Amino acid sequence: MSQHTAHIEEHRDDEASKLGMWLFIFTELLLFGGLFLVYSIFRMQYPVEFRECSLELSVTIGAINTVVLLFSSMTVAMSMTAIQKNDMKKALLYIGVTLFCAAIFLVNKYFEWSGKFHHGLYPGSELMKLLDRGHHLYFSLYFFMTGLHALHIIIGMTLLFVCFFKMKKQSIHSQDYVLLENSALYWHLVDLIWIFLFPLMYLIS
Amino acid sequence: MANNTTHTIEYQSLSKTLLILLFLTFVTITIASVHLGAFTLAVALLIACVKSFIVLSNFMHLKYESLLLRILVGMVFVLFALIVAITFIDYAFR
Amino acid sequence: MSNVSANSEYVSYLDHHGKYKGIMSWIMATDHKRIALLYMYSIMTFFIIGVVLGIMMKLEMLTPGETIMKAKMYNSVFTLHGILMIFMVVIPGLSAVFGNFFLPIHIGAKDVSFPKLNRFSWWIFVVGSIMAVLSQVLKDGPPDTGWTFYAPYSTTTSSNVIMATAAAFVLGFSSILTGLNFIVTIHQLRAPGMKFFNMPLFPWALYATAWIQLLATPVIGITLLMLIAERAFHIGFFDPALGGDPLLFQHLFWIYSHPAVYVMMLPAMGVITEIIPTFCQRQIYGYKAVAVSSLAIAGVGFLVWGHHMYTSGMSDTARWFFSLLTFIVAVPSAIKVFNWITTMYKGSIDVKPPFLYALAFIFLFIIGGTTGLLLGSVATNVQVHDTAFVVAHFHYIIFGGMGFAFFAAIHYWLPKMYGRMYDFKMANIGLVINFIGFNLLYFPQFVIGIQGMPRRYFDYPAKFQPAQLVSSIGGFILVTGLIIMIYTLVKGARKGAPAPANPWRGSTLEWQIPSPPSVENFDEEPVIKENPYDYK
Repeated sequence: MSQHTAHIEEHRDDEASKLGMWLFIFTELLLFGGLFLVYSIFRMQYPVEFRECSLELSVTIGAINTVVLLFSSMTVAMSMTAIQKNDMKKALLYIGVTLFCAAIFLVNKYFEWSGKFHHGLYPGSELMKLLDRGHHLYFSLYFFMTGLHALHIIIGMTLLFVCFFKMKKQSIHSQDYVLLENSALYWHLVDLIWIFLFPLMYLIS
Repeated sequence: MANNTTHTIEYQSLSKTLLILLFLTFVTITIASVHLGAFTLAVALLIACVKSFIVLSNFMHLKYESLLLRILVGMVFVLFALIVAITFIDYAFR
Repeated sequence: MSNVSANSEYVSYLDHHGKYKGIMSWIMATDHKRIALLYMYSIMTFFIIGVVLGIMMKLEMLTPGETIMKAKMYNSVFTLHGILMIFMVVIPGLSAVFGNFFLPIHIGAKDVSFPKLNRFSWWIFVVGSIMAVLSQVLKDGPPDTGWTFYAPYSTTTSSNVIMATAAAFVLGFSSILTGLNFIVTIHQLRAPGMKFFNMPLFPWALYATAWIQLLATPVIGITLLMLIAERAFHIGFFDPALGGDPLLFQHLFWIYSHPAVYVMMLPAMGVITEIIPTFCQRQIYGYKAVAVSSLAIAGVGFLVWGHHMYTSGMSDTARWFFSLLTFIVAVPSAIKVFNWITTMYKGSIDVKPPFLYALAFIFLFIIGGTTGLLLGSVATNVQVHDTAFVVAHFHYIIFGGMGFAFFAAIHYWLPKMYGRMYDFKMANIGLVINFIGFNLLYFPQFVIGIQGMPRRYFDYPAKFQPAQLVSSIGGFILVTGLIIMIYTLVKGARKGAPAPANPWRGSTLEWQIPSPPSVENFDEEPVIKENPYDYK
């Protein structure tokens, strides 16, 4: 009887885990896809208002965050390369850099949001209620989309933190790194969404 | 029992990819300030699509994955495009 | 119970506890067969509650005006009936119960790819269900929006919408994870030698279903999140008072909820496709056509959502476009019906309860399907939109289709799942009563629907009284049938005569192993046949 118990749980199939992660990424893409659909409908209906509102956002902060995310995407990929080459030191370093970049992104986002809050612009505020339809919709989408994206950044950071400690404990290593690979895939997804969010939110002309 | 067969991408190749992505980001920002009328959105989206293609194929190793997975990823994007297009059949002709 | 096999290693999954004892050996189980039973018990519980709510509505409709409850109460009752039946019974129903149990066995695997994720799916299913129940008792009062949560009413009503939508969100997550697990399982764990086109057709149907679960459910997820944000933070998306567009909610809602109908129907079709060859002892007619039609239904089914919105103020172009696509999606469904019937031709038919349920399914599904075309065509839809006609059509598809397929499946596979047999005579009596009750309950709704009886109304003019009376009587007959059926099944599962490994002379892999299956399904390597329906 004992040989029954162990077998299933010990079975390891990295291909399956990776395919599973990709499928999960598909669901995330469609989750944000729904939001992008809403965005495109409202932007078509209120092009002028959307442009006016986007001027309220700082392209500089947006651009810095874009660069930071792209850079972190590279470092997490490099961490993968390092672990495949059995270079644990470098792998840990790159994960650390990625986490640092993620923190910078969130700090930037915090300042951006708190600037808006400071001007009385936040969901449900008196100022928001006074806005006309197009403006109200833009800022609703802005807060919801960037907020949901920031939530995904936090989830991605958590995953990478877990990887970091597992690498330290040597339970992720050059022969078994599928967890790191999947977390990296998730991190790239976060980057992928930002690639669309940035021009659509910040660069409307 | 190592059964992971993921292709190893060299550091150099990754940093080159980053440079291309940064260049494209620069282009997007520059173009946004040039007045291109209705084309601005199209160009912005096109560049975003190119960028995401690069991220998918290089950073996410899709270039080295099985044909099946690549088809599936493509299928998801096609499905989303179809859903958007069909929704617009309503909004554009109202 | 383990007297079936001579193999000394054989331990039935029902007797094998693993690390835990008692009830924990079920809650902590990662065995796909145990998880399937967990789903079945929870789903049957919710089904019974849903039926009770349904009967309450039928009592209310017995006479015009207030019979047993007030209008507001009636709104809450049909809302809860909808949420329970849709999100907690029919969407998970076949794939989580019979899919979990038989998908790995059908493809010659020991389990699904991610057994722990599978257990987690059931856990969050339970959490979501508890949330749905909680939404009824919290202080703001039960939601009264209908299961569709249409904005702007859902964004403004004072009832407990946030809890109910959050519940639907969590249940959706459970559904996504099940779909994800099944896709990976089919890709990675097919036994050596089993190619896609050597699989039985039930896994094919589950595969198509899993893709819908995976790709459509996130859309309802984000929609419900937006609705919650709109209520909680006054963000504007759907409520015109906040600048939003209520029609957009309908689009997003149906982008998920129409494909969701195929999440319910495709596995049902898969079950029927398994039962008919077995009881006709004949190779399924047009194997590849049936397999590919599942994928076609899934694919085209994604693009037809607008036929729920013909009267909502959509553009004319969109209306004819959706109408066209709706007619196209009917084709692969019709191919399946044609192939089932052709399989029976010149077969040596063995009339047993599962086969009779399959026949009942085909009969009811044809009525449901053809009335669906009436609703898919714009001109006729406008006349009957939001009437009892829609209610009747929907129940013929979902209850007559998915529900009867569930009953067919349980009569077909119960001997395998419990290793015991039920009483055929009682099962047949239950079937006949169910069939009569069902038609009496829902057919009059078609008639009064065309005559103008709106859906979701708790009151009606006196001229509808006879039809409503027939319908209510049908409801009681149906409940009687259900009680007989459940009694027969429970008695069979607990005390029935031991079932042989292959009581129906089936040819797919589950019939090659003992009843009930052993913990790892296959104590010996399964023999993979090129043709899963090889009857010679």
